Amino acid sequence: MAAAARFLLRTAGSSKASITNVNSGLHSKFGATLLRASPSCHPLAKTQKRHAAHFTFQPEPVQTKYGPTQKMNLFQSVTSALDNTLASDPTAVIFGEDVAFGGVFRCTVGLRDKYGKDRVFNTPLCEQGIVGFGIGVAVAGATAIAEIQFADYIYPAFDQIVNEAAKYRYRSGNLFDCGNLTIRAPWGCVGHGSLYHSQSPEAFFAHCPGIKVVVPRGPVQAKGLLLSCIADQNPCIFFEPKILYRAAVDQVPVESYQIPLSEAEVLQEGSDVTLVAWGTQVHVIKEVAAMAQEKLGVSCEIIDLQTILPWDSETVCKSVVKTGRLLVSHEAPVTGGFAAEVSSTVQEECFLNLEAPIARVSDDQLLKCRITWSSEAQCRH
Amino acid sequence: MVEIENRKLPFGGQSDLQFKMAAIGGLRRLCGISLNAVCRNKGLKASRLCQYRAFRINGVVRQQPFDSPTEKPQFPGASADFVDHLEFIQPNVISGIPVYRVMDRQGQIINPSEDPQIPKEEVRNFYQKMTLLNTMDRILYESQRQGRISFYMTNYGEEGTHIGSAAALDSNDLVFGQYREAGVLMYRGFPLDLFMAQCYANMDDLGKGRQMPVHYGSKDLNFVTISSPLATQIPQAAGAAYAMKRENTNRAVICYFGEGAASEGDAHAGFNFAATLECPIIFFCRNNGYAISTPTNEQYRGDGIAARGPGYGMMSIRVDGNDVFAVYNATKEARRRAIAENQPFLIEAMTYRIGHHSTSDDSSAYRSVDEVNYWDKQDHPISRLRHYMTARGWWGEDEERAWRKQSRKLVMEAFEKAERRLKPRPELLFTDVYQEVTPILEKQKESLWRHLQQYKEHYPLDVYDK
Repeated sequence: MAAAARFLLRTAGSSKASITNVNSGLHSKFGATLLRASPSCHPLAKTQKRHAAHFTFQPEPVQTKYGPTQKMNLFQSVTSALDNTLASDPTAVIFGEDVAFGGVFRCTVGLRDKYGKDRVFNTPLCEQGIVGFGIGVAVAGATAIAEIQFADYIYPAFDQIVNEAAKYRYRSGNLFDCGNLTIRAPWGCVGHGSLYHSQSPEAFFAHCPGIKVVVPRGPVQAKGLLLSCIADQNPCIFFEPKILYRAAVDQVPVESYQIPLSEAEVLQEGSDVTLVAWGTQVHVIKEVAAMAQEKLGVSCEIIDLQTILPWDSETVCKSVVKTGRLLVSHEAPVTGGFAAEVSSTVQEECFLNLEAPIARVSDDQLLKCRITWSSEAQCRH
Repeated sequence: MVEIENRKLPFGGQSDLQFKMAAIGGLRRLCGISLNAVCRNKGLKASRLCQYRAFRINGVVRQQPFDSPTEKPQFPGASADFVDHLEFIQPNVISGIPVYRVMDRQGQIINPSEDPQIPKEEVRNFYQKMTLLNTMDRILYESQRQGRISFYMTNYGEEGTHIGSAAALDSNDLVFGQYREAGVLMYRGFPLDLFMAQCYANMDDLGKGRQMPVHYGSKDLNFVTISSPLATQIPQAAGAAYAMKRENTNRAVICYFGEGAASEGDAHAGFNFAATLECPIIFFCRNNGYAISTPTNEQYRGDGIAARGPGYGMMSIRVDGNDVFAVYNATKEARRRAIAENQPFLIEAMTYRIGHHSTSDDSSAYRSVDEVNYWDKQDHPISRLRHYMTARGWWGEDEERAWRKQSRKLVMEAFEKAERRLKPRPELLFTDVYQEVTPILEKQKESLWRHLQQYKEHYPLDVYDK
């Protein structure tokens, strides 16, 4: 956030003195955030600390266009999407490590009992097997929803995703495809996730035409985008920000609905700078935008990219043409991160509209640990 | 004129077939398997393992129930007894798995009860498909040498595994191949024109010219398009078999791979998933002695691939891959039981890759001409079947001459036709990446188009379909 603020200051042409002020303002805000209990936190102080986050989740405005809604956190909205799918598509199967009893993040709770153990089942502990098996299910014409327990552990399946799933349709001249495959994986940092339960590997997969990569920012988007991924006739990877599983609560439509893939959403219109993020980081830049407005009088346009591949460059470029400035922030390391792709495209498309260098805000190697340390350290103080 | 068409066998199964699947429960029955270590170790008593198998087939909860009063190990991970002396299980507990065969090298049926009794016309069809494959291989291999196609892989020596297994399947069964299974596709009726179109990557190629030669596929013939990465098809085949089990339409999946591919992690994944998730699938290993240049003794330390089956709780058998009837019998019975019992079967067909790995390989660098000659001259699946036919008066010299001439003509005609065809439309570069053409692909397509308009003199556009 400090880096984002620095960029905003540079954009606004402020002096070094004001940077200090903003930074101190930022820290106080940060602390205040952490002191607030996240919406679904257990009232015990200890639990509050564990769930304390580096942002505050603001629920979506209640929408009724998809029918009645129910209060759901993100994992419940995922369950709801899976429930809708199993109910409407008799070929659909859900599998992965520990999904039968409900999954380590509780995303499949109750589904085995409701739909049968042949439809919601455990697999051996083997990610390349899970994805390979899922491809086969999809090739045979059924709907495959595979769970990789953590995005950090998706790499054994890299070959199956990149060489197989992504290329199935192309290499067979459209004779065979695995478009019915959706791979779900908990993603991103969480207070206590540390090195191997916090990664955001979307950029690895963004380099791979043939698959779609989607990251929702909250329960409403999680359900709508997941149902779109399942319905989409291309293999999709659906990364679920695990810090939001319990912390984010929305009024989510009970029935099935879809949010289009490859469409970014403009969450807030602004005139001075475009801020782009996805997943958890959307909530961080929303706070940054509010801060920039309050402290600097900078008007930020906020875009949630939602689909990383194929991404909606049109919405982002249209915004940058208007604002003349762009900041992209993500949790993953900055070198080779997806912000680089966004930045490069915008530079090509909007060169004459840019009034400042495009900024990418992330750490290069240390973000996971820093988030862990800072949030937990702040909790302790 | 031989019609290359999809044929179903006009006869039923064999009632007297004494099938020797080397399942865990059946290990004792097999001669030549050293069971000493197993028998000494009470914890691995075959009878107990039989119980385990029964559990598995019935699909009941397999973890043993908790029963604290009995003086038995209660570990959830295994059902076994305690022993009071230290003893490691010998790696050769399963060794010398016998090779099931029906014919000897001279094509004589060894045990009449194992004779699949395949009618004359179908046996002739086997032979014609095997030799046609052989002829196609020769011509395409030569055309690569002449620079007409970029690459080729011959099937020499493995024709028996292809035709024997393909004939034992139902045409609705889904095939996941590795890359050296052209005979399976040929048996199913894939026309020579389409083999050639794929190797020439011309506009008739079903794969739209996107892959190297021999990466065939056919939706109509239920043959999933080949991909270059090895063993990736194995867990996929398990998944497809699972989906078919749920469809309940009496279909099975067969998945081919080599003994080298069996070293890949995906092979382990596929075997374990198929076993635990009870998939109706036949894993068909073509153990042809070499993975490019790497011989089997540098590929594994156990007794081949069949020995791994029991470790996965999977029925397994080793067959003589150069005996088309042995392959046929094993595949047919494995298919029947895979569907009836919803469980995977592993067939290890022992054979020999007589040709080089591919046109990019020279096998004289790592194996002797004598070795290759032995298999080519003395233990070849085609000559063995020919002996069988000759002995019955089903095939004579005149027929052989006529067929050789005719098959060569068929292949040459298809070859010449394929060579004259145009290449696929350049726009096909951009389709099928996704189901839809995305905006960025549309943009790239327009960009290529503009480029080709501007610099058309630098591109051989006239060889491409418009």
